[in-house]
Amino acid sequence: MNLLAVHVPWGLALGIKTLIVLIVVPTGALLLGYVFLLKMMSHMQSRLGPMEAGPHGSLQLVADGLKFLQKEDVILAEADRPVFKLAPAVVVLSTFLIFVVIPVGPGPGGVVSNLDVGVFYALAVSSLSVIGVLMAGWASANKFALLGALRAAAQLIAYELPLLLAVVGVVLQAGTMNLQGIVAAQQDGSIFGWGFIGNPFIFTQFIGFVLFMVAAQAELTQTPFDMPVAESELVAGYMVEYTGFRFLFFFIGEFGTATAFAALAATLFLGGYALPWFHGTAATVLGPFVLIAKMMLVAFFIFWVRFTYPRLREDQLQSLAWKVLIPLALFNIVLTGTLKVLV
Amino acid sequence: MLAEYSAVVPDVAFWIIAVAMGLAALRVVTTKNIVHAALYLVVVLAGAAALYILLTAEFVGWVQVLVYIGAVVILFLFGIMLTRAPRTDTELDNDQRWAAAIVALFFMGVLIVLLVDAFGAKHIVLNDNLQASGRLTADFVKHGHNGQVVRPTVGSAIFQQYVLPFEAISMLLLAALVGAVAMARRD
Repeated sequence: MNLLAVHVPWGLALGIKTLIVLIVVPTGALLLGYVFLLKMMSHMQSRLGPMEAGPHGSLQLVADGLKFLQKEDVILAEADRPVFKLAPAVVVLSTFLIFVVIPVGPGPGGVVSNLDVGVFYALAVSSLSVIGVLMAGWASANKFALLGALRAAAQLIAYELPLLLAVVGVVLQAGTMNLQGIVAAQQDGSIFGWGFIGNPFIFTQFIGFVLFMVAAQAELTQTPFDMPVAESELVAGYMVEYTGFRFLFFFIGEFGTATAFAALAATLFLGGYALPWFHGTAATVLGPFVLIAKMMLVAFFIFWVRFTYPRLREDQLQSLAWKVLIPLALFNIVLTGTLKVLV
Repeated sequence: MLAEYSAVVPDVAFWIIAVAMGLAALRVVTTKNIVHAALYLVVVLAGAAALYILLTAEFVGWVQVLVYIGAVVILFLFGIMLTRAPRTDTELDNDQRWAAAIVALFFMGVLIVLLVDAFGAKHIVLNDNLQASGRLTADFVKHGHNGQVVRPTVGSAIFQQYVLPFEAISMLLLAALVGAVAMARRD
């Protein structure tokens, strides 16, 4: 039973879907920004954080957003104007595109576009943000910005490999790259014959899950991998010259992508929108809420690590990716493939 | 209304993409700023990916995005910015226009002959069931895979029929990599 199985013209459907994605990204950014950046970090450090705007300070980020919109749009005389203006848009575009394939419910109505190569598509478009970061750093005509952009490029390229290879294990086990298929494989699967709660891949792909989370932490440039924006070394890295709504774009890009990666990890490893024993209409209705709950759980871990650990050194960062994560990911692929053939 | 859409939209989309790609490709070679040239190259490569998707080769299209835009161009930009990153216009001409023109015309000729020979006037039917499946599926003229999913076909072709050439290419890339490391070492 599909609640969204009404026939609508493709143009209208496209419009509605675009609107949904346009709403989801800033909302997700606001949610993560408020719950984790403002509140969780404050409470972990024994302070209250913003308390004035709205109940418990919940409207603080909305107020900040309005403030950013009113600020002067400063572009330096030395800056490369078209590239400087385009860069934040490229970063945000890559964030928007990831949400196109994340399913929130069963059937074609549960996802904006049910792509056959879903998870591959998500990782491909997430790599576009590096171009925006390099454009921002170079066009700013500032050596701190350029250094930040170079660090970002080196880091994102290095951690894209373990990210992709970690997902290969999941794809092997599910037998599909389609995210709906991966969710179904987890709901209907069994762990070595024991299928009571299905098979959330966090159990059978635990190495993959850990690799995915570490690599995602680096892709999101969250501490301990925040060298591209290291405030004590590079002021704010590639976004140091950005003000007003262009800075807001980078902020939405950062937290929107964190939402996207958390939702992707929840879909790949925690069973996505599905719960064991829930099928049909119940699953359709509960789907979005279940996914948001799992997404918040994953995001909690991302920000918990961010507020706990100090920053790595640049060489430690590179050797962790190339000498530890990538060999481990390759081992995981061999292990998964062998078990897949034998069991 | 819905039936006509499938015939017209891909044609219109093709011409929009093709014109954008052509203009961007011209700017890649005419711009005086090397970073701008790399960014125009992004537009060309994105256009190529869009054309692959239009031709229902969805997987190849996203590989194009991940490998070329997500890695190759980023390494270009990384290399340029690490070494000089000129912020002003520079003279990029290396006076090899004639050699470049000859090579370009040669490859254009080879491609035209090959494509006309392989496909000629054959009409490739694209499945118009775009909405229902969320993707286009191709009617492969040469192999007759009517309406099959493309990705598994590509995968099995690479790892069964063409596994030896595939491995040979990997060795070639490995050799290039080792060579680059050997040349870059200073000790």
